[in-house]
Amino acid sequence: MGLPTQKWSRAEIAFWLIPIVAFFVFPKYLTLGSQIMIAALFALSLDLILGYARIISLGHAAFFGIGAYAAGLLAKYGWGEPLTGLVVAAAAAATVGLLTSFLVVRGEDLTRLVVTLGIGLMLYEAANQAAFITGGVDGLSGVQMRKLFGVFGFGLDGKTAYVYSLAVLFIVFVFARTLVRSPFGLSLRGIREGERRMPAIGVSVRRKLVAVYTIAAGIAGIAGALLAQTTQFVGLDSLGFPRSADLVIMLVLGGAGHLYGALVGAAVFMVLQDYLANLNPVYWQFWLGLLLVLIVLFARGGLLGLLQSVQKRFGASRR
Amino acid sequence: MIGNFVGVVFDGIAYGSLLFIISIGLSVTMGLMNFVNLAHGAFAMLGGYAAVVAMTRFGVPFLVTLPIAFIISALAGAILERLLYRRLYRASHLDQVLFSIGLVFMAIAATTYVFGSQQQPVQLPAFLRGQVHLLGLDLGTYRLFLIAVVIAITFALTWLVERTRFGAAVRASVDNQQASAGLGINVYQVFSLTFALGSGLAGLGGGLGIDVLGLDPTFPLKYMVYFLLVVAVGGAGTIKGPLFAALILGVFDVAGKYYVPQIGSFIIYFMMVAMLLIFPRGVLGKRA
Repeated sequence: MGLPTQKWSRAEIAFWLIPIVAFFVFPKYLTLGSQIMIAALFALSLDLILGYARIISLGHAAFFGIGAYAAGLLAKYGWGEPLTGLVVAAAAAATVGLLTSFLVVRGEDLTRLVVTLGIGLMLYEAANQAAFITGGVDGLSGVQMRKLFGVFGFGLDGKTAYVYSLAVLFIVFVFARTLVRSPFGLSLRGIREGERRMPAIGVSVRRKLVAVYTIAAGIAGIAGALLAQTTQFVGLDSLGFPRSADLVIMLVLGGAGHLYGALVGAAVFMVLQDYLANLNPVYWQFWLGLLLVLIVLFARGGLLGLLQSVQKRFGASRR
Repeated sequence: MIGNFVGVVFDGIAYGSLLFIISIGLSVTMGLMNFVNLAHGAFAMLGGYAAVVAMTRFGVPFLVTLPIAFIISALAGAILERLLYRRLYRASHLDQVLFSIGLVFMAIAATTYVFGSQQQPVQLPAFLRGQVHLLGLDLGTYRLFLIAVVIAITFALTWLVERTRFGAAVRASVDNQQASAGLGINVYQVFSLTFALGSGLAGLGGGLGIDVLGLDPTFPLKYMVYFLLVVAVGGAGTIKGPLFAALILGVFDVAGKYYVPQIGSFIIYFMMVAMLLIFPRGVLGKRA
């Protein structure tokens, strides 16, 4: 594998045309579409720490929830401008990410697992207790958004929400893509492949991990804020463990460590969930569990991994 | 006031004993096979349901349901270890986490399908109900029973690990798998047996714990963080470490929920952060 370049391939450009085409072809599914985009953005943030830095987190919803509550509260108490809301939400989530990163970075996989899980549960409990601010189990309602750029209102047709989510997703994706292909991204990959060797070539493992954890927390915060702004509601479940677990599933379903895997996984997961969970939520959980077991046993690279191996075989037979 | 305090500590110890008996198997699998098994609570749940079914459908007396819970969970553990877990001993921790979460989801869904989502009742026999008057204190009989059972099991386990040939093989395999295999120890058989034993103990804990922890399909998720905490704080691969960690967590959790109910559920997480900061490798952890 050579050094990554910043050039965009045709397949990538084609990929990004899909959501634009979908906007015109499936006008009835725009709400689901923006949900997919938000999930994809959230999965993208996890990919940075899990796919690139191999930090296993079972509490990433903490940052999603912080972003959602930050944006929701801001809009509820008078500042309903969406873009600044995103910035504030990202800053809030990144701050908490930075503060907790010191706990997460030290220790091994098991410790990280427990610490991320614990921080997630702690925030959930805090939001539940602070019902006078967050609305507790009833959720935060009364979120009033202003028009985007003063022109586009968040109407019931979901058009603004769709385009807004897509634009934010794309901009953050470009940022993440640039990041993982930069020297910083390469050193993350180095840490993933051989953490002990990196200090020998002068890389401070700790500092890189703190940095990427903070960035990922900020992006998760943006995803949460998007959900709060487009649905004008924040539920306690935005902080819950099921959201963190679903997120990990989306990422491994698509394939971790590609960025695109996060997007594909989120889309497939959300569509499946939309279809199957409406039939029966209990069965959905069963299939989800089975899916995870099968991915681990037979398809470790996720969907993109499968695609790559098919491509390789196809390419080899042609030669 | 002081009697009250002693009562809270006593309840905490009983609760911690229960956490210990369920988590000890997880500690062993972590230490021996370096396997992060989030589905450990599912074996405890299986034991709990086995005990409930034996009691309510077949009228088995409570004390007899406990060995049944142990055997059923141990069997399930042995079978799953042979069919699935064994394939993943060399996989990354991420794969192990994903795989075991998948198992948890399937266990929850299957249990909900068979038994419904409600709490399961347990009818304790008369001699375990009520209170015992001891040294001027009223102590719950069942909690005394719990503590007694756990003390007995701890001694039995310590004997098993320190005095028997099997125990020696386990200790050797924890210290160095390759060297043990080279000396003719069948490491995979040791793995299977310890996994079954750990699952069985979790099942026993699940059966014992119905009265204290409750039993419904979300059990493996609800207590997952507690079991993980016991192992992470106590250090994997020992008996004393998890025992110590479980007792501390039990006492602080009960005391927190009793004295400061508003922030009661935070105490355990604060404890966790504090203890992991002080002992990143566990209180008695020996391996990096």
